[in-house]
Amino acid sequence: MKTQHEVEQFLYRQAELLDSKQWQAWIDLFTDDGVYWMPPEPSHRTWEGMPAIFAEDKNLMRVRMGRVLHPDAWSQRPLWGTNHVVSNVVIVKSSTNEVQVRSRFHMMELRRDDVRHYAGAYTHRLKKTRGGYRIKLQRVDMTNAQAAYDYVLQIWV
Amino acid sequence: MLQERIPDFSKFVEPDRVRKEVYTDAGVFEREMERIHETLWIYCGHESQVPKAGDYYAVQLGRQPMLMVRGPEGKVHVLYNRCPHRGNMMCGDRHGNTGEFFRCSYHAWTFHHDGRLRNIPMMESGYQGTRYGRDNPECSMKRAARVESYRGFVFASLAKDGPALKEFLGASLVAFDDMCDRAPEGEVEIVPNCFRVIQHSNWKIFLENQLDALHPSVTHQSTGRAAHEVEKMIEKKTGKAPLSYHMLSAFATVTIDKWDNFQTINHPQGHCILTGYMGLRPKDPDTLKYEKTLIKAYGHKRMEEILGVNIHHVLIYPGLSVQSPLQQLRAVRPLGVDRTLTEIWHFRLKGAPEAIYRRSLAYYNLVNSPATVVNADDLENFWKCHQGLSSDGGDWVSFARHFGRDIEKDGVVESGPGMGTSEAPMRNQMKAWARYMGNGK
Repeated sequence: MKTQHEVEQFLYRQAELLDSKQWQAWIDLFTDDGVYWMPPEPSHRTWEGMPAIFAEDKNLMRVRMGRVLHPDAWSQRPLWGTNHVVSNVVIVKSSTNEVQVRSRFHMMELRRDDVRHYAGAYTHRLKKTRGGYRIKLQRVDMTNAQAAYDYVLQIWV
Repeated sequence: MLQERIPDFSKFVEPDRVRKEVYTDAGVFEREMERIHETLWIYCGHESQVPKAGDYYAVQLGRQPMLMVRGPEGKVHVLYNRCPHRGNMMCGDRHGNTGEFFRCSYHAWTFHHDGRLRNIPMMESGYQGTRYGRDNPECSMKRAARVESYRGFVFASLAKDGPALKEFLGASLVAFDDMCDRAPEGEVEIVPNCFRVIQHSNWKIFLENQLDALHPSVTHQSTGRAAHEVEKMIEKKTGKAPLSYHMLSAFATVTIDKWDNFQTINHPQGHCILTGYMGLRPKDPDTLKYEKTLIKAYGHKRMEEILGVNIHHVLIYPGLSVQSPLQQLRAVRPLGVDRTLTEIWHFRLKGAPEAIYRRSLAYYNLVNSPATVVNADDLENFWKCHQGLSSDGGDWVSFARHFGRDIEKDGVVESGPGMGTSEAPMRNQMKAWARYMGNGK
């Protein structure tokens, strides 16, 4: 029960950092070799050598953050924000060093006057460290991954 | 009478500017669909998308929903996605395998892969004495008027008459030659994934941006700077950053005046080739290994020729943007006067080392995925463009940069030396557009 509670709190915090646009704090949730991965297809087993919507190590996360924080990132000018709801948290595997968790998310995004919805499943591999959990892998399987994108995703889901 | 109601499109286009209605008028859009997208050769897909008999992909040509399908004899057909009985769409999925024949989900009429009627339930008793039956071609699925492919790339034209595919593509054939020649086996195959992104603007705004050498350092500066910062950090730590960082940081490190070193070569069909790009031929161990496989396949001299081709983009009018050195392409599908879909594909060079595939894949993921760190700012500009053009704040769009300084020879227009940012590609596209929209071919 304690692990379940801690993991849930961690996932909520992850979503909260995205919704409050605390990009650096969000990146800091990852281990040094951590990866954020959004496959285009649920059948994909690895991002290595595969087309991917996102497949980012910390360096690429820094590029993405640097872009959206730059004053000349034109697409960042208009009002936009997101709201994540995370639920259905199930611990799939747990060992002394690592926990594997499945959960569901629903993200609503507002950009100018347009609302978009993205939803799907998170799979997290969380490393237990002295400072709390760190993300080794955040896999995002979006239900609408294969649908045409009306505009693009500028930041992590 | 109809002829009188069609506006004189030549008045919309002047050599150095065009009317805003060209982008925003619904009537113009309908005419474009008829005269351009449902007449010219349009890219359907690659043969390797449909490897087995019965494999199909749905594709939109102009306003027409079509199917590209592989027949049992190996031939690729392009059919209207419509049952001739009551008009039901034949395949509701984007792709799949239809088995040995198409079967309509409404009344079970069946068709061969080339569209010919195979059977109608109780045909004898139901249709005896009527005009319908196996001998009536109207009982078959309608085919695209013309289908041809070049090095595996399938095109269709919905018009009976017109130039053959090779004649229409002309100099832009280099896009497919350059891409396929880079494969030691002389062929590419599809990476089975299509990224689809919709922009809220007219389709021509996308086309014009493809060869606009002035925009990258303005539009993509934020990405260039962010990538350059991280690139420097990685170099400090490990000595060398992956090539993909360099491709992104160039948006910031190549200053605005340097983009004039590009050259555009514009052809009368509306096609355009952009040459003179940054280091796509590095000297790292992966590239050297790749060069060896090319030498084995073609010999040293031919390898140098193949890798010496300096092309960044080939724009094939009216809707295909090919980046041959990176083995990717974007097919432009107009959805409406202010909505455009791009379908983005990546190809694998057959026989090339895995590392070479992964290098271009990194570009595909970073630049062309729906989470692109580059095109997000383009799409923002496209939307703004369309918004502005819809207003009464002005009547014209200007394409006057380096106007009068182009070099024209036998109908081919090149941007002048040191004038790579010339708006020659836009002038050339609109010239072709006016011709297609008028009565000329």
